[in-house]
Amino acid sequence: MTARVFVARDSSAVSVGADEVAQAIATQAARSAQAVEIVRTGSRGLMWLEPLVEVQTPQGRVAYGPVRVQDVAGLFASGFLRGARHALAHGPTEQIAYLAHQERRTFARVGRIDPLSLDEYLAHGGYTGLRRALALGADAAVQTVVDSGLRGRGGAAFPTGIKWKTVLDQTSATKYVVCNADEGDSGTFCDRMLLEGDPFALIEGMTIAGVSVGARDGYVYVRSEYPSAEATLAGAIAAARAGGFLGADVAGSGQRFDLQVRRGAGAYICGEETSLLESLEGKRGMVRFRPPLPAVQGLFGKPTLINNVITLATVPSIFSEGAQAYRDFGVGRSRGTSPFQLAGNIRRAGLVEKAFGVTLRELLYEFGGGSASGRPIRAVQIGGPLGAYVPESQFDTAMDYEALAAKGAMLGHGGIVAFDDTANLAQMARFAMEFCALESCGKCTPCRIGSTRAVELIDRIRARPDDPAQVDLLHELCETMSEGSLCALGGMAPAPVRSVLKHFPGDFGLTLPSAGVPA
Amino acid sequence: MAPDGVVDAAIARHADRPGGLLPLLHEIQDRLGYVPSEFVGRIAKALRLSVAEVHGVIGFYHHFRRTAPGRHVVRICLAEACQSMGSRALLEHACKTTGTDLHGTTADGALTLEPVYCLGNCACSPAVLVDDKLVGRVDAQRFDAIVQSCRRGA
Repeated sequence: MTARVFVARDSSAVSVGADEVAQAIATQAARSAQAVEIVRTGSRGLMWLEPLVEVQTPQGRVAYGPVRVQDVAGLFASGFLRGARHALAHGPTEQIAYLAHQERRTFARVGRIDPLSLDEYLAHGGYTGLRRALALGADAAVQTVVDSGLRGRGGAAFPTGIKWKTVLDQTSATKYVVCNADEGDSGTFCDRMLLEGDPFALIEGMTIAGVSVGARDGYVYVRSEYPSAEATLAGAIAAARAGGFLGADVAGSGQRFDLQVRRGAGAYICGEETSLLESLEGKRGMVRFRPPLPAVQGLFGKPTLINNVITLATVPSIFSEGAQAYRDFGVGRSRGTSPFQLAGNIRRAGLVEKAFGVTLRELLYEFGGGSASGRPIRAVQIGGPLGAYVPESQFDTAMDYEALAAKGAMLGHGGIVAFDDTANLAQMARFAMEFCALESCGKCTPCRIGSTRAVELIDRIRARPDDPAQVDLLHELCETMSEGSLCALGGMAPAPVRSVLKHFPGDFGLTLPSAGVPA
Repeated sequence: MAPDGVVDAAIARHADRPGGLLPLLHEIQDRLGYVPSEFVGRIAKALRLSVAEVHGVIGFYHHFRRTAPGRHVVRICLAEACQSMGSRALLEHACKTTGTDLHGTTADGALTLEPVYCLGNCACSPAVLVDDKLVGRVDAQRFDAIVQSCRRGA
């Protein structure tokens, strides 16, 4: 009997040797004359166990990891093809606590199927959502998204259904659906994992969006730092087209919807939706004034629905399982689940999809297992380079949009970067402004000039912490940037600086928490 | 194909696509390693843009280069997650061991060192992108192996 072995083709798994391990398994199988089929899947998101090797057994898949090439011969010798015990064995994959305690909805298929097999996608519930949406018709389909309570997972958390309704209500004959796959926030990798692990979910979500709001063309803007994600997505789009799920007659509905992939070019600002639209139009990624909203006047001047990868990839399951079923997850106004990403200095780094409301402490310690270095976790940055540094005293905060905002933090795209007690957070605060200066599109003055002035001020404070006038000036500059910038880059770059001034003043050489900081 | 031919083929493929300038520049850079300034006039004319507009786009995006890189481009991630796992020290090591600074090319032309801000490999930090290949959990030893393979390779 042919043994089935699963090794991720996710670029993160490959970056730590998954290709070499898959090759070694094939070689060893041939050498020992055992029939082995190696299936390359997305990653389960248990990144500290990558390269993870799973074997199909009558009791389900059994996991081994992290596997090195030199471990492969020993795995064969111990009978891992039958799921036998081994020092690297973790038992049935789905029973590993990290995975068993999650609520995988958007990531239900990721790590389980071959991402480029349309047949496997269909066999695992794929395209039932699109069929429901087509049966409902445009108005009811948009209402379903409204009822689900889904909010934009890219960072801004705008109610997705309202956006869809606004685009639906436009009378223009030409409309577009755009997917923002410019995942630039450090500590986030869920878009990449989804694109590489279940690209059909995004394609189906965009197709549902297209037929619901009346758009016939869609664009996916993938960042240039993600060559593997781009290639996987392009392969899946071709397969969906060949299978009749994209093109002139989507799934026999008589409606047209097709997709093309566009590659970014290394500009962080293009994750901001209006700047992304400029970039798609072939221009410099300069932020646009609003209004008009993209939903009214977006790509090439036409009404445009623009959503993030996770938002769109969540849509199929909302249709297949019902809006209420999705809404039942979460707390307050944060409904559903969110892919939290544990990154940086953390022992069990990876992806944790959980209902909103889980605490930061649960994520960092029960899932993450504390720091990778074994030293105390001193602070975490949530939501990318524009997110606040959150001290240990706030680790009991619930992960939902409102609870975090009340602490002066934000969920953003769900990335959590851990730092141990060797980190100098004043240096990280400086980096936030350096990064803002590097990535500013230059359109508005507070961001373009303020970021550079902030770097200078921080250097001055660190060199001479006894001059309170400089600290006051930095606060004033932060306020100017946050109140006066055109978009979130300049508007939120002060957040890391303010949080470090407030919670870690000693890193600047200051003796007291700095005044004038919002709570 | 000669650079001329590459540029003309890219123009033929993308000039009439809506928003075709970025795909066009990508195709040229994918094949030549950079976007030679001598072709900017030709690109501008084909897309009915001003020369300044095309220069402006090339200059805006970190990804596009105006000069030829080394045989390999090694991008070291310097974003927060990688910093939390020591990418600043890794960068110092990289500059020392290659004898070049960020944006510089080694004397033997084997590699160009570039910074990058997030490769989406934040759970396996520090991360490095070697041409299109992602490498994770990079320490000094793994970095030296990358440099060696760049120097050995064509």
